[in-house]
Amino acid sequence: MFDLAIFIVLLVLGYGFGTYAEKRHYKSIFEREAFLRKKVLTFAERFPPPAQIAPEVLLVAGNVVISIDYFKQVVAGLRSLVGGRITSFESLLDRARREAILRMKEDAYAAGAQSIFNVKIETSSISRGKRDQIGSVEVLAYGTAVISR
Amino acid sequence: MLITNIEIVPGRRVVEHLGLVQGNTVRAKHVGRDIMASLKNVFGGELVGYTELLTEAREEAVQRMVKQAELIGANAVLNVRFSTSSVTQGAAELFSYGTAVILE
Repeated sequence: MFDLAIFIVLLVLGYGFGTYAEKRHYKSIFEREAFLRKKVLTFAERFPPPAQIAPEVLLVAGNVVISIDYFKQVVAGLRSLVGGRITSFESLLDRARREAILRMKEDAYAAGAQSIFNVKIETSSISRGKRDQIGSVEVLAYGTAVISR
Repeated sequence: MLITNIEIVPGRRVVEHLGLVQGNTVRAKHVGRDIMASLKNVFGGELVGYTELLTEAREEAVQRMVKQAELIGANAVLNVRFSTSSVTQGAAELFSYGTAVILE
């Protein structure tokens, strides 16, 4: 009985705080993306165009570790019984990736760069929750910022 | 020391190629942070402690790589890659490697 009460409390706390945190995070992501969209351009291309003569280059990176809330973990656990899309994990990874890219862009913007080339994104799961479920993920984004003179 | 993850530096010529340099570090999470992180696993959200830990560790790996490059007389490291692996329970290895070169 007591165990069940704890489970329900965790579930409710997870749902409440998790939803709130996600909404707030998405809001901040949208704002910062809108701010940086035209200021720093990111490319998956390896090299800057040859037209730029002897620009300065700099390695920039951004990383973030983000964790899933209890409610989503339970929902994902239930979902894995029947299979299909696990939407709760999708939004977690989406947020983590966009945040990492934003931090990289902010790093470049602070250095006065206008574009970042050869952007690589790496994802790793750094800690595992109960029963080998994903507890938290780390996303690292890095690239070469080009500062034209 | 110039570090980039593209294979060339625009407008500058590579005079000498000195081969691969690398740097790594293995970090364990500390207990206090672990407890905080397990709390965060209920509420969701960013684990700031871990983010900082990994940023520091990655800088350390890059520093070691740069030191190795300096030792062999390079003035730039090109084509830098990062990689993360977990060696044992609760410890992560951060590894960075690149090509040391002398630019004109």
